[in-house]
Amino acid sequence: MPMNFERAFSIHDNALIIRGKRASVLASNIANADTPNYKARDIDFQSMLKQANNQQTNRLDMVRTNSDHINLNSGINSNSSLKYRNPLHASLDGNTVDSHVEQAKFSQNALQYQASFTFLNSSVKGIIKALKGE
Amino acid sequence: MGLFSNFDISGSAMSAQSIRLNTTASNLANTETVASSPTEAYRSRHPVFQAMMDDSSRPEQVSVRMLGIIESQSEAKPLYDPGNTLANEDGYVFGSNVNAVEEMANMISASRSYQNNVEVLSTSRDLLLRALSLGT
Repeated sequence: MPMNFERAFSIHDNALIIRGKRASVLASNIANADTPNYKARDIDFQSMLKQANNQQTNRLDMVRTNSDHINLNSGINSNSSLKYRNPLHASLDGNTVDSHVEQAKFSQNALQYQASFTFLNSSVKGIIKALKGE
Repeated sequence: MGLFSNFDISGSAMSAQSIRLNTTASNLANTETVASSPTEAYRSRHPVFQAMMDDSSRPEQVSVRMLGIIESQSEAKPLYDPGNTLANEDGYVFGSNVNAVEEMANMISASRSYQNNVEVLSTSRDLLLRALSLGT
């Protein structure tokens, strides 16, 4: 364990947040499985995690003098990483959600969330143990 | 927090699917309803869904909204029943244009979608409960 609180959690705190966001996207897909013209979307996890880590290491914030300025450091910016899924087959109402695919991805994402959580939890436990010195 | 919004998303989908189930129930209940003219005859109702982004700064959250209910425009079927009090001068009554087979398929589809969303909801709940136990 590195003796640095910022790096103590490695990538797992960011991973957990992104897994949560991805769960949201997949939930939206499942919710809109019967909505005409809805296009299924997903998050590019790898690029988002990279983006989040870069933001963490280069903390050179730009000053926003107007509320209309784009906030470049708004935590994890999901706009750029949100992509449309390639449909496996066409449907008459323009909907590209395949609820089986979405459900599989959702449960996979839930497991990965739990994995990230386990890593994060063990880091927290380790820190607490070190602080207590027992 | 991403996972908390899942309750809103899945909740909106569940309410939309229950409205769909409602219209199916109305349609099946009125399959045998008759009227004295084609314009008064019962027409099967179907909900129209629309995707709705609640917050433009959170594009990952898209819930479902009911745009409205449309009535099927297919022909009401004329039935020869001169004994009926609603029959017109030629002895015809006009039945609903509900297609029972279509409605049954619709019902199964709605209940499956509802179940999917319940599953999402309970998984999100489990994950959040685990997150609350961090460090213990």
